[in-house]
Amino acid sequence: MNKIKKSAYAGTLESSDAFVQIEPIEEDEIRVELTSSVEEMYGDDIRELIKSVIKELSISYISVKVQDKGALDYVIKARLQAAILRANEDEKINWDKL
Amino acid sequence: MINAKDRADMKDLTPSDAKFFKPKEKDNSGKERDSKICKTIEESIKKSGLKDGMTISFHHAFRGGDKVLNFVMDVIAKMGFRDLTLASSSLSSVHDPLIEHIKNGVVTQIYTSGLRSKLGEAISRGLMQKPVQIHSHGGRVHLIKSGELKIDVAFLGVPVIDRFGNATGYKGRSKCGSLGYAMSDARYAKYVIAVSESLEEYPSFPASINQDQVDSIVLVDEVGDPSQIGEGATRMTSNPKELLLARRAAKVIVNSGLFKNGYSLQTGTGGASLATTIFLSEKMEEENITASFGLGGITGTMVYMLKRGLIKTLLDVQSFDEFAAKSLGENQNHIEISANQYANPSSKGAAIKQLDVVVLSALEIDVDFNVNVLTGSKGILRGASGGHCDTAAEAKLSIIVAPLTRGRIPTILKRVNTIITPGNTVDVVVTDQGVAVNPKNIELKKRLKNAGITVIEIEELHKKAMRICGKPKPIKYSDKVVATIRYRDGSVLDVVKALA
Repeated sequence: MNKIKKSAYAGTLESSDAFVQIEPIEEDEIRVELTSSVEEMYGDDIRELIKSVIKELSISYISVKVQDKGALDYVIKARLQAAILRANEDEKINWDKL
Repeated sequence: MINAKDRADMKDLTPSDAKFFKPKEKDNSGKERDSKICKTIEESIKKSGLKDGMTISFHHAFRGGDKVLNFVMDVIAKMGFRDLTLASSSLSSVHDPLIEHIKNGVVTQIYTSGLRSKLGEAISRGLMQKPVQIHSHGGRVHLIKSGELKIDVAFLGVPVIDRFGNATGYKGRSKCGSLGYAMSDARYAKYVIAVSESLEEYPSFPASINQDQVDSIVLVDEVGDPSQIGEGATRMTSNPKELLLARRAAKVIVNSGLFKNGYSLQTGTGGASLATTIFLSEKMEEENITASFGLGGITGTMVYMLKRGLIKTLLDVQSFDEFAAKSLGENQNHIEISANQYANPSSKGAAIKQLDVVVLSALEIDVDFNVNVLTGSKGILRGASGGHCDTAAEAKLSIIVAPLTRGRIPTILKRVNTIITPGNTVDVVVTDQGVAVNPKNIELKKRLKNAGITVIEIEELHKKAMRICGKPKPIKYSDKVVATIRYRDGSVLDVVKALA
């Protein structure tokens, strides 16, 4: 699955959570837009994390918007995976890969 | 002063000729009895002889409800004064209008215990040319007494006053309780202007600020906003993490070896600290233990302990909520003390030197036990030094209570961004992930372990925090110093630099 099928979201804007919105795009590009309450301390780490999660799911056409409210890494990862799986309407989820 | 030589010369003094001796004309009208009262702040400032470049002072007993500082500063700015040093015992978020006075050159230097809100952020971004001098509550009096901080004119907001200058804080609409910080200014400032909203009949005693300390009196509509004076009023926390921290801190105190009849205690505000007092109360009732005194910023919880007979005396330099403010006027054993009597290291008698246990909070703690309560995770000034380093240095047992992480922000770091309290004065750090004891306290560490408390090395706490949050990127500072951290003896402990 190179492209995603439709737009989807996961998460909340609560403190210590993240709200993830994803959109399909036509260009062969991974577009990441991040706003974070801990940008100065962890912004670069979070962008790296987002890219690695997308790579793990073998997606190369995607626009990701993350509004982070100081979530820990595993929260951001789970929210992002959930959003992508929702967007692809996957019936059979490969849990090993997650 | 008359020395021995002068006294010898006094033999030559002859009585003046009674015919020519004229004392000052006596005024039987009583007009002068109201002479301290000025119609406006402007009039009192003119009388004070305030000039450009001088130092003016304020106190912070009204906290977030203070109306005096902004009001007076607006008048001072309109009168065209420039290049003033502002020495307020602390500054709250209501004091953001100072930004304009700094930009316009009215204020060019600040001494304070704390900086917050937009003012703190603006200064962190380099608003002022001269670095702000951050002092502790005890350290401020030391700076005044040692001569570095010479207060020319003190503007002291007081809830109630009589026409001759006797003022109290525990009465009136805007009651703030203890005037402990104002008392030191009243004693040492060259000229004292008392600003009040309520005039009582003379003589109004007992008074916190006395008639022989006050030069002028100005009556205004409001000195404070009662709803904001008790900022963060007493409330029991329901946050499970804070309750856990509080239970653990109480357990540390109970097993410290100091928990005996006649011990003494100081706690701060904030959920965990208040809850610690509650858990401690239960244990004190259970074991029939009474504390000799409670010290510091006094809260409603401490008043509750006084009323229950668990604490014999409260020594109050600042009343944190309306319960404490009211109690100061009602309870005979609730005693008002000045900042000099509270924490000044060079005072002849600072109460902290009699203190057994203090419970304090922290924004950051490092592996050397240094504590930061001033700058936030982004390096911005947003807290206050307060009595933190004073009490930690003098109490037999100083306990810092803090969660290991706040959201993704780690509390335990390799190195704090700003040192307010040096690590060698910190005895125990209580977190939700374990209790770290300063390695110098070998005996205490044994006691706590034997009591079944999870004792862990501070390096381990640091590693745990890093595993959860990740290693934070260091804050980017420029070379410009925006604040100098003065230790309680006046020495420079650290500096805060402007954000890059």
